[in-house]
Amino acid sequence: MINVIWVFMLVSGVIVAAVTGRMEAVTNAVLSGAKQGTVVCFGLLSIVVFWSGLMKIAEHAGLVQSLAKLIYPVARFLYPSVPKDHPAMGSIVANMSANMLGLGSAATPLGLKAMKELQDLNPDKERASDAMCTLLAINTSGLTIIPATVIGLRMQYGSANPTEVVVTTVLATFLATTTAVFLDRYYRNRERRRTNRR
Amino acid sequence: MMEIVQLIAAWSLPVIIAFIPTYALLMRRVPVYETFIDGAKSGLPTVIKIMPHLVGMLVAVSVFRESGALDLLIGSLNPLLEPLGVPSEFLPMALLRSISGSGSMAIMTDIFQAHGPDSFLGKLASTMQGASDTTLYVLTVYFGSVGIRNARYAVKVGLLADLASVIAALFVVHWIFG
Repeated sequence: MINVIWVFMLVSGVIVAAVTGRMEAVTNAVLSGAKQGTVVCFGLLSIVVFWSGLMKIAEHAGLVQSLAKLIYPVARFLYPSVPKDHPAMGSIVANMSANMLGLGSAATPLGLKAMKELQDLNPDKERASDAMCTLLAINTSGLTIIPATVIGLRMQYGSANPTEVVVTTVLATFLATTTAVFLDRYYRNRERRRTNRR
Repeated sequence: MMEIVQLIAAWSLPVIIAFIPTYALLMRRVPVYETFIDGAKSGLPTVIKIMPHLVGMLVAVSVFRESGALDLLIGSLNPLLEPLGVPSEFLPMALLRSISGSGSMAIMTDIFQAHGPDSFLGKLASTMQGASDTTLYVLTVYFGSVGIRNARYAVKVGLLADLASVIAALFVVHWIFG
């Protein structure tokens, strides 16, 4: 997918430039694009390094676990098929908490651990279980509280108020994740109705 | 409304930055500075890892824009999207968000450069980038790790949720910054 899009952007650009006679612009665009990529990266370096350090402190202080305790009731509601004391529940809430804190690098291993533990509960090892689909729905819709990378990039491009988007991001994430949970339930029930009819 | 948003936005980061080390040191006796340095080190490879992605993507995005192909696309979509309150410059980013996180980040920085991060479009792009995740990547990695072949309705739900996050970002940014 990404291969096709990448080639499409490059090739359609060159074709349009050929038609409109803007070939030099393309050559310049290659150089300026590569340079922009490098500059953006160095700009990101400062905020990502700082944020990773701060989040390591949060991790060691047990803030992930504290948050996990708070969201445990929500997880019970979201994953009715997972037994209360199963280790999968622990990984699921830890994954949600890490996502919320913007600990992307910690969230993925926790999510994969949850996946593995859900697989133990799964009767058909090649077919995704209900709980797995819910885990996916929640992880693909994002759960950010502080969008650190975006704030860093806004700073780099001279924003007068880089953190201004925190509130809109949290609201939009909340709406999107709620929708994802509803869709997950809707399609699960629809699948069940269809199987029953057969 | 605007004032409350500004207030939360201005306070959120400083409060978190002050609270975490204080809590860690006083309540949990974490050696905060050493822990900070240890974690900060792990930020370095994270950034280095995305650099090739950003360079590759920004070259493509920049060729696409400078050649006039982007204007062509925007021009043809404008009559369709403008009545809905969707800026057409935003569309390539919305389309790329579920497929490639670094791709949509590249388009976001391009929007910042062309329109400024504080423009309506800049705020919309910022919200969109933070409010969603790279669905196809998450799907592949999560299901792939345990050998699931039948994803049932998960792909559909993931992509519909991405559409929901595009609509949510548009709605919220229009509502708050409109």
